[in-house]
Amino acid sequence: MTGDERWIHTPPRESATFDRATIAEIHRAAATGIYDIRGFGAKRKLPHFDDLLFLGASISRYPLEGYREKCGTNVVLGTRFAKKPIEIKIPITIAGMSFGSLSAPAKEALGRGASAVGTSTTTGDGGMTEEERAASSLLVYQYLPSRYGMEPDQIRRADAIEIVIGQGAKPGGGGMLLGQKISERVATMRTLPAGIDQRSACRHPDWTGPDDLEIKILELREITGWEKPIYVKVGAARPYYDTALAVKAGADVVVLDGMQGGTAATQDVFIEHCGLPTLAAIRPAVKALTELDMHRKVQLIVSGGIRSGADVAKALALGADAVSIGTAALIALGDNHPRWEEDYRKLGTTAGCYDDWHEGRDPAGITTQDPELTKRLDPVAAGKRLANYLSVLTLECQTIARANGKSHVHNLEPEDLVALTVEAAAMAGVPLAGTNWIPGRGPQD
Amino acid sequence: MSPSVRVGMKATHETQNAGLDMASLSLRQVNESLQKAEAGSFVVSNPRGAHALAAGLVSPIDVTVEGHVGYYCGGMNQKASITINGNAGTGVAENMMSGRVHVKGDASQSAGATGCGGLLVIDGNASARLGISLRGLNIVVKGSIGHMAAFMAQAGNIVVLGDAGDALGDSIYEARLFVRGKVKSLGTDCIAKEMRDEHRTLLRGLLDAAGIGPEVDVAEFTRYGSARKLYNFHIDNLGSY
Repeated sequence: MTGDERWIHTPPRESATFDRATIAEIHRAAATGIYDIRGFGAKRKLPHFDDLLFLGASISRYPLEGYREKCGTNVVLGTRFAKKPIEIKIPITIAGMSFGSLSAPAKEALGRGASAVGTSTTTGDGGMTEEERAASSLLVYQYLPSRYGMEPDQIRRADAIEIVIGQGAKPGGGGMLLGQKISERVATMRTLPAGIDQRSACRHPDWTGPDDLEIKILELREITGWEKPIYVKVGAARPYYDTALAVKAGADVVVLDGMQGGTAATQDVFIEHCGLPTLAAIRPAVKALTELDMHRKVQLIVSGGIRSGADVAKALALGADAVSIGTAALIALGDNHPRWEEDYRKLGTTAGCYDDWHEGRDPAGITTQDPELTKRLDPVAAGKRLANYLSVLTLECQTIARANGKSHVHNLEPEDLVALTVEAAAMAGVPLAGTNWIPGRGPQD
Repeated sequence: MSPSVRVGMKATHETQNAGLDMASLSLRQVNESLQKAEAGSFVVSNPRGAHALAAGLVSPIDVTVEGHVGYYCGGMNQKASITINGNAGTGVAENMMSGRVHVKGDASQSAGATGCGGLLVIDGNASARLGISLRGLNIVVKGSIGHMAAFMAQAGNIVVLGDAGDALGDSIYEARLFVRGKVKSLGTDCIAKEMRDEHRTLLRGLLDAAGIGPEVDVAEFTRYGSARKLYNFHIDNLGSY
C-alpha cells in the first residue's frame, strides 16, 4: 500500500452549475411534470442591505446620546391629497396579506401587534374581516385586481386604500389560492364555491395604464370624500418609471416591493427570476420623486427582505419614508418556529425551511384554514410577539440613527452609508467602503 | 326648468328633479350632494364626459344624467337608480352593489365589472369585457357585446339580445350567460348549456326588469356557463390555458 490508492478515482466534486439543489429540482420536475409552487420569497443570495454599512459619527459628525436624546420615529402618510393622513409611530408597517392565505387568528394577531406599537396593518385579497378591523387601529385596505370581497362599505371603514399593481415576489403575476385552503368562510367572502382553486387576476378588470389609473384614483377619492390616503403598490420592476407614473396618477404614497418580498404562493421560477432586488429599487424610485419635487411629499414605503432595524435604517437612509414587513412578521408570529419541528419533519421539511404555505398544512396555524391547525395560534400571544419584534426593529433603527447624529430616523441619508461590494455600491449609489468611488457615477453626478 | 339643489344639502323625499348643473358645479360638489341625499330625485346636466359621476351613492335616490359620461359612472352604486341619457365610458356601474343603472346609449369596456348586485341595463351596445369578474350583478344588453365578456365571472347573470364577440365567458365560474344572437367564439371552459324551466323563468324575470316585453321570446336564447373542468388545477389541463 502506497497510500495513493485513494487517488485512483477523482474525489466527489459538486458542480457549481448543477449543484445539489439544481439536480434535486430536475429530478422533481421529471417526476411530477409541473413547476414548483411555494410561498415565502426569494431564497437565492442577492445584493442586499447586508452589503451596506453605516459609518457612524466621527470628528465631523456629532452623535446623539443613546437612551437620553430623542430620536423621532413617527411617519405621516398621505399628506399630498388626503384630508385625513394617517400617522404611524414607527417607520415600519405590516404588508398586505389576505385572509384566506392566512388564518383568521393570524390576521387578528397582525392587527394586535401592529396596533400595540402604533402602526398599521393591511388587508389582502378577499376583503376585510371583522377580527382584523377590530384588532387594527390603523388598517389599510388593499384594492386588488381580483376584487375578491371588495365592497365600498369596507373601503369607507378603512384608514387608507392601497391600489395593488404588483408585488415584488411576482411582478406581473396574479395568484392562485388552491382549493384546499378555500373554506366555506373564505369561499363566501370571495363569492365562489368552496374547494375550488381561486385565481387572483394579474390585471385590474376596469383600467389599463397610467392614464386610467388616474381616473380610478379619482373614483376612489370621490367615493370616500377625498378623506383617505391612497397608496399605489408596485413590484420592483421599473421603479423609476413606476414611481413617476404613480405620482402622475395622483398617489399619496408609493409602496415599492422588492423581489425578496414574500408571497402566499407562486411558481419558484417566478420568485427567483423576476424583479429587482430591494436594494436596487430604492434609489431609482427616490430619484423619480426628487425630480418631481415629491420626495417626502409623496411618501415611499419600501418592502422586500426587511429583517432587522439595520435593514430599516438602511432603507430610510436611501430615501424611504417607511418600510413594510410581511415574511418577517409571520416569522415573529411563529412561522418556522422550532417548536413545530416534529410536524415539519412529517411534511418533509424542517423549521427554517418550510415554504409550502399554499398547501394549507402549516403546523404553526398561520398559513392555513384547517380548524385544528388554526387553533394552535393564539392571536393575543402571537400579537405580543409581533409587537416585541417591531419594538426591537425600532430600537435598533434608533440606535443606528443616533450613532449617526440623527434626531429623527428620516434624517438618515445616503452620505451615512458605504458599500461592501461594487454591486451594492452601484445599486445603492453610495461609495465602495474605503473609497470615494460610486460605480456608474461620473465626476459630475 | 328644474329647481337647483343647494350643494351639500341633505335632500329628502320632497326633493324632486332637483337640478345639478355641471356647467357651474364641480364633480365633487355634484357627487357630495348625491352621496348625502337620502331620498328624492335629481337631474344632472352638462356632464360633459365627467369621470366618476354619481359614484359611491348609498341611498335609494333617482338620478338622471342628461348627456354622455366618462369612466366609472355609478361606480360601486348602492340602492340608487341612475339613468344616463347618453353613452357611458369605461367601467359604468363597476362593482355595483345594488340599485339600478340604465344606459340609454352605448357603453364602453368593462361595463358592470366585478358588480355584486342590482341591475345594469344598456340599451345600445357594450364593448369588451362586459361583466368581467362579475360577482352577482344582473346585466341586460339590448344590443351586442364585444370580446372577453364575463371573463372569470363568478356569479350573476348577463343577458344579451344581440351578438357576442370572441372568447365569451373565458374562465367563467358560476355566472350565467344568455345570448339571443350569434357568439363569435367561446372562451376557455365556457360551454352552451341546456335551458331548463328555472332558467327560462330567470331570464323572463330579467327581461321584464329591463322593460323588455313578451315580443322577445326566451326560447330564442342560448344559455352559456362553465364546464367546470378547470376549477381545480390539473396538469392534464395545461393545454387549455
